[in-house]
This record gives sequence, structure tokens and C-alpha cells, in this order.
Amino acid sequence: MACAIELEALSRDYGERTALADVSVALEEGATLAVLGPNGAGKTTLLRILATLLRPHRGAARVLGRELPREGWTVRGRIGFLGHDPLLYRDLTARENLRYHARLHDVGEQRVDEVLDQVGMARRADEALRLLSRGMVQRLAVCRAVLHDPELLLLDEPTSHLDPAGIELVEPLIGRSSGRTRVVVSHDPGGSVAEADVVLGLKRGRAELVAEARSVGEVELRGLYR
Amino acid sequence: MTRAALAVLRKDLRAELRTGETVPAMCLFAVTTLVVFHFAFNRESVEGDLAAGILWVTVLFAAVLGINRLFVAEREQGGFDGFLLAPVDRTAMLVAKVVALLAFLVAVELVTVPAFALLLLEPAPDPRLIAVLALGDLGIAVVGTLTSALAVQTRARDLIVPIVTLPLLLPVIIAAASAASPLLGGAGAGSVPMKWMAVLGLYDLIFGLIAYAVFDFLLED
Repeated sequence: MACAIELEALSRDYGERTALADVSVALEEGATLAVLGPNGAGKTTLLRILATLLRPHRGAARVLGRELPREGWTVRGRIGFLGHDPLLYRDLTARENLRYHARLHDVGEQRVDEVLDQVGMARRADEALRLLSRGMVQRLAVCRAVLHDPELLLLDEPTSHLDPAGIELVEPLIGRSSGRTRVVVSHDPGGSVAEADVVLGLKRGRAELVAEARSVGEVELRGLYR
Repeated sequence: MTRAALAVLRKDLRAELRTGETVPAMCLFAVTTLVVFHFAFNRESVEGDLAAGILWVTVLFAAVLGINRLFVAEREQGGFDGFLLAPVDRTAMLVAKVVALLAFLVAVELVTVPAFALLLLEPAPDPRLIAVLALGDLGIAVVGTLTSALAVQTRARDLIVPIVTLPLLLPVIIAAASAASPLLGGAGAGSVPMKWMAVLGLYDLIFGLIAYAVFDFLLED
């Protein structure tokens, strides 16, 4: 099977501080990569590089067969990114926000209604975002990330703010059952390893752990957070 | 690019219509400034260079308020990331923001020019003033969008915008005021000085090309 993501000695600095140093990992199409590590380990930086929002400073990154950052523009429409911020406007309604992103991605407006329905937000779709709860906004952020039916999902704590019902609703869109290639950043090591194929453990920007998920045990995970 | 530019423009105009955060503040500021001029000069009316200067200084300072807020939602609500994740030409955002700022300026002038005529002008302004306003507004919109995109990346956004924008817009103010003066009862009343209109057009073109060339880099990390 072809590789969806190939990173070789990937590094990124913020001024004097190194956020990522020599990170190498590969992920096959359709597989899930769990990215773990303590706060400030470089997880979000890695995700933003893969999403083409940040440039790597050293090393090589290939995403969906394209070289980053040189060919970044060719993969943007094939990536769905769900970060800490929902990337939605507070003064627009849920539907207006999604229609805006649908236009940017050249997606038909019926798809907006479809995803709103899937996450149980059709009834509240015409309310301004600032009037919705954080959990509802997170459901809409999921809608935004999958609106254009991306091949690769980059998910940073995707179920944060969601209640069990919400998690169940978004599972077919961003969960393992979606069938998409996924990179999932999580602070729930046990849960994310259980549904991953490959685990990347970051600590102070370095890849402390790169292994198949089934070979990763409690000891390795505990070592990562110590 | 047209599809993306229209999407951003539509979103911006919708947000402004809903919140009224920018244009009403710009209008209020402009009218208040004219009232201050009215009392400061203690005259029934002004004309020529003085009238043109008052009009353009008022429009320019009101524009700074709009320029300050142009990219705030993109910065604070993740609009930049949302846009950059889409497979669209980044220039679409430049085009949309220039047109949005232009629309804001037109809305402000629909209030400001009648208020100006009421408070400070003896005869009504020549309708050809519209052409001068249009060219001046375009220059302000292009440069304002560029400096706003630059300043929004910094913490001192509110300071950077006037410090960078006002000197860059000096040629616009000189040319626009010179072109407007005869239309406001100044020397050579009635005729539009084509030389100054050409200067305005040239400025708009040059800064439009500069903005097109550098805008991508302003959105880079």
C-alpha cells in the first residue's frame, strides 16, 4: 500500500527554540497515526506542518505523495484539519460558516445540509455561533474539516468538548470507521493507541517512540510522560 | 480566484451588516471630525484647497478605523487558517478585502459628504467629485489592505496601522485634495485637473501591483 505520509528528519524552530527535531515516521494510506506526548512536545507544530500551515525548516515531508512545502497547494483540498480553534466565525450562523468553507472548497451547498444533519446540528444551523455551546461548535468544526471529503484527516484532540452523544455522532465522519488516513493528537494515550496503527511519541520535539501500535505497552507510554 | 474572492467578500459584508462593528464607527468618527472642524474654524463655509483638505483628512482618518479592523476576525477567529487550508489562490483574500474596504469607504462617504456640505460648504459639491472620491478610495483601500494584513500579525496593530499607512497615503491625499479643490469652489472652479486624476490612477495601479506581488508573503508563517 502507498504511503500517505513520509517524514524524514523533519525539524522546525520558533526563533531560538526547536519545536521539532529530526522526526521521521511513515504512515500508509487508510491507517491511523496516534501522536502522543506531554504539553509542548511539538504535536501541534507537527500537525500544522502536515496541514501546510507551517513550513518545515529542515528535513523532508511528503504528504499524499507531494513534497511539502513546495507542492503544498496541490494537497490542501485533500486534507481535513481540525485543530484547537474551530476556524469558524462567531458572528455568522453555523450554516453561513459552512457555506463559506464549501465555497472555498468548491463543494455544493447540499453537502452543508448533509453534514449538519449527520452531527445533529440541522435544527440549530441558523443560530450565530456565539450563541452555541462549545460542544456544538466542536461538532461544527468537525463538519468544516470533512466538508470537502478529504483523504487525510489531521485531528488535534478531536473529541475535546464533546459529550458521549457528540462523540458518537462525529465518529462516522472522523473516527476509524470513516476509512480515511488519520493523524490524531491526543492526551488519552490508552484510547488513542487502541485505535491507531502507528504510534509517534514526541518529547521536547524529538521522536522518543515510533512503533506499531500493537507493540506499544503501558511502560513505553508512561516513559513518554515522565 | 473569483469564487474564493466572492466567498470572502460575501462573508465580510454579511458579518459587517450583522454586527455593525466598523462602518457605523467610521461614520460617527467622520461626522464628529467635521463638527470639530466646523467649530474650530468658526466659519460658515470653506472652499477650495481648505475644503478639499478637510474632506480628505476626515475620510483618511475614518479609513484608519476600518483598516485597523479589516483582518481582526481572520486573526482572532482563525479565518487565516481556514482560508489557507482551502485550495484557492491567496490573492483572492487581497481582492476581497480591498473591495470590502472600498465598500466601507463608499458607505462612509454617503454619510460624510452630505454632512460636510451641510456643515462647511456654501454651494453643494460638484457631482464630478464622485470620480475623485472613487480614485482616492481605491488607493486608500489597496494600501490600507496591505498595511492591515501586515499590522494584524503584530501585537501593536492599532499603532502600526496609522504609523505605516498615513505616510504611504500622502501622495493620495495630495493628489486627491488637488483634484477635488476646483470642484469645491477653489481656483479654476468647475474643471477637473486631469493631471492629479492621472497621478491618482497611477498610484492606484502601482500599489495594486505591489500588493498583488507581496500579499502571499504576508500570509506565510
